[in-house]
Amino acid sequence: MALQGWFDRAGRQTESNMGAAIRGMPGARGLTVARDEWRQAAEDMAAGGGRLLAHWASRDADGRNIVRAAFIADAGVLVLSLPLTAAEAGYPGIEQWFPAANRMQRAVADLSGLRTTDADGRPWLRHAAWPASFHPLIDVSAPSSPAMPAMDNYAFVPVGGDGVHEIPVGPVHAGIIEPGHFRFSVVGEKVLRLEERLGYVHKGIERRFTEFPLLGGHRLAARVSGDSAVAFSWAYCQAVEGIAGEHVPPRAAWLRALALELERLANHLGDIGAIGNDAGFAFGLAQFSRIKEQLLRATEQALGQRYLMDFVVPGGTRVDLSSSGARLLAESIGSIMPEVDTLRTIYDEHAGLRDRFAGAGVVTQALAARLGLTGLAGRASGQGFDLRCDLPCAPYVDLAPRKVMRTEGDVAARVAVRFDEVAESARLVRRILEGLPFGLHLVDLSIPGEGGLGAGLIEGWRGPVFLALEAGAGGMIRRCHPHDPSWQNWPVIEHAVIDNIVPDFPLINKSFNLSYSGHDL
Amino acid sequence: MFKTLRQIGHIGIVTEPPPPCDEMLRVADQLQSRILEVLGRALCIRAIDAGSCNGCELEIHALNNPLYNIEGLGIRFVASPRHADLLLITGPVAKNMELALRRTYDATPDPKLVVAIGDCGCAGGIFGENYASCGRVSNVIPVDVAVPGCPPNPRQILSGILTAISRAGAATPGSRSAV
Repeated sequence: MALQGWFDRAGRQTESNMGAAIRGMPGARGLTVARDEWRQAAEDMAAGGGRLLAHWASRDADGRNIVRAAFIADAGVLVLSLPLTAAEAGYPGIEQWFPAANRMQRAVADLSGLRTTDADGRPWLRHAAWPASFHPLIDVSAPSSPAMPAMDNYAFVPVGGDGVHEIPVGPVHAGIIEPGHFRFSVVGEKVLRLEERLGYVHKGIERRFTEFPLLGGHRLAARVSGDSAVAFSWAYCQAVEGIAGEHVPPRAAWLRALALELERLANHLGDIGAIGNDAGFAFGLAQFSRIKEQLLRATEQALGQRYLMDFVVPGGTRVDLSSSGARLLAESIGSIMPEVDTLRTIYDEHAGLRDRFAGAGVVTQALAARLGLTGLAGRASGQGFDLRCDLPCAPYVDLAPRKVMRTEGDVAARVAVRFDEVAESARLVRRILEGLPFGLHLVDLSIPGEGGLGAGLIEGWRGPVFLALEAGAGGMIRRCHPHDPSWQNWPVIEHAVIDNIVPDFPLINKSFNLSYSGHDL
Repeated sequence: MFKTLRQIGHIGIVTEPPPPCDEMLRVADQLQSRILEVLGRALCIRAIDAGSCNGCELEIHALNNPLYNIEGLGIRFVASPRHADLLLITGPVAKNMELALRRTYDATPDPKLVVAIGDCGCAGGIFGENYASCGRVSNVIPVDVAVPGCPPNPRQILSGILTAISRAGAATPGSRSAV
């Protein structure tokens, strides 16, 4: 059966109400498969150009384990569910077709105690703070943790050979960045191999979700990865509104898009400056951080917050945009964009930057496709996917964003994609401010009933943010799995730095700028 | 090069005056007279993310932008705890980061100051304490000043840092001498 066959079957199953309908995001279908179909479906997805969005485990009301995987293809999104019997503590792995599944499967083993048949059985999110016998999403009572967690002896893959030595970096890095460990195996200055060790900022988010009411989980969602607060809280609200069977008013959808584009602008502007700085161009950081500050101040004046943590709420948005706020934002964009254009010329003409950017950290189109590189970094390596264009939710159907793509796959391409997306987001912000429909910005949402399965999918500034939500009893969350695109892109950095020199790693890493918190959960 | 210089000249100096100290942020008065004698008004900060959502990091980054211009106050971020006088810590302390945080604290020479940033650093925030989170920073290492907010804005963070390096009871820090 080809890829389309699985989608067709999902459509039939959803119609006959056999599979759980996926509500919320547009174009999603659910399909319950048998154990022997799980790998076949994954193989067909890969063969048909499908991409793995997320993989997680859950439990139904009867305590039966279910593993799920969400795939995206031209036909839409398919959420596969594989129920496991009580005797089965394992399930077939799909790493063979989707390399990014490796860490997701290991996270499932750590959090839900379900192992795959794939070879890599090392823990991923679990370090030494709690024992292997404790599975946070399954076991109710947490074990008393050791007074001070010991060092865990993670089995890094050793690299042998003449003159090979290791450079361990982290978890505490030299800079204002999130913690993670990088193990470089180098000869001279050249990187032979990089192995990442993440999970340091794992703070129990998925378990914490189950302590929230369905109508309150957006606050936690916004803090999965603070730089993608709008994307995550919107994805959450899409899911919860889907379960409740309600649509938000048009004005609310437009305001959410405004917030999402402002978030994209702020992050891209900050990144362009920081990438310049990592190539020794402090002027770029000074200029872009100043422009970013201008935008944040305008955002605060117009919407009440510099970073829009709790702006998107179930039923709409927390605050409305006044006409004076809209004018202020429009003026801010109007004054920022000519400066960005000037600075882009300076970046483009700067020989030193060109030298550092071009050819650094290359991810070829073929490698990007094989590893499932996604979002912004994917679009710099010829993976021309953007949910705002491919699978648009309201109001992107009306806004018709232009897709940005490069094929070189180096630092220069990732900078260029950011510059192009800044211009496009600025256009979208202007368009939203001009065409913002009148009406309510917030409607009351009834408490969703138990058992519903919702999903949200939003193109955040970094890439597709996916969130699956299951409604529990008494208006509480039974299970919420937020998924940051960093899961897909972190493993690709290991490949991007091969044969580059160690001093270029910060530059290459910054050009991806992935989330630790959004990944570690 | 000409365009770069023209842009620098065109923008000029945009730095704003620093915020006043806020004694309300001080959680422990360990009378850091010695540290102040040693430091004068030059200070090195080591930022540590002990488990934050990265929201606070965005605002700490902003301290380096030309409007807040923290380096103009004689304060800079350094790459090693061994060079630091003050640790700026965000997040609920993830248990997976507890050991690294304690080691970083131990590696920082005495006398040292600790400023906890954000609702999570102050009180555990939305994540609280659980199997993977130790909650507030002071559950793991001693804290001098705690700056609430989710995330606190750069002025609030700067105010917290200036409070930590001012003597208890002192009002506003001196004028921006370095600019």
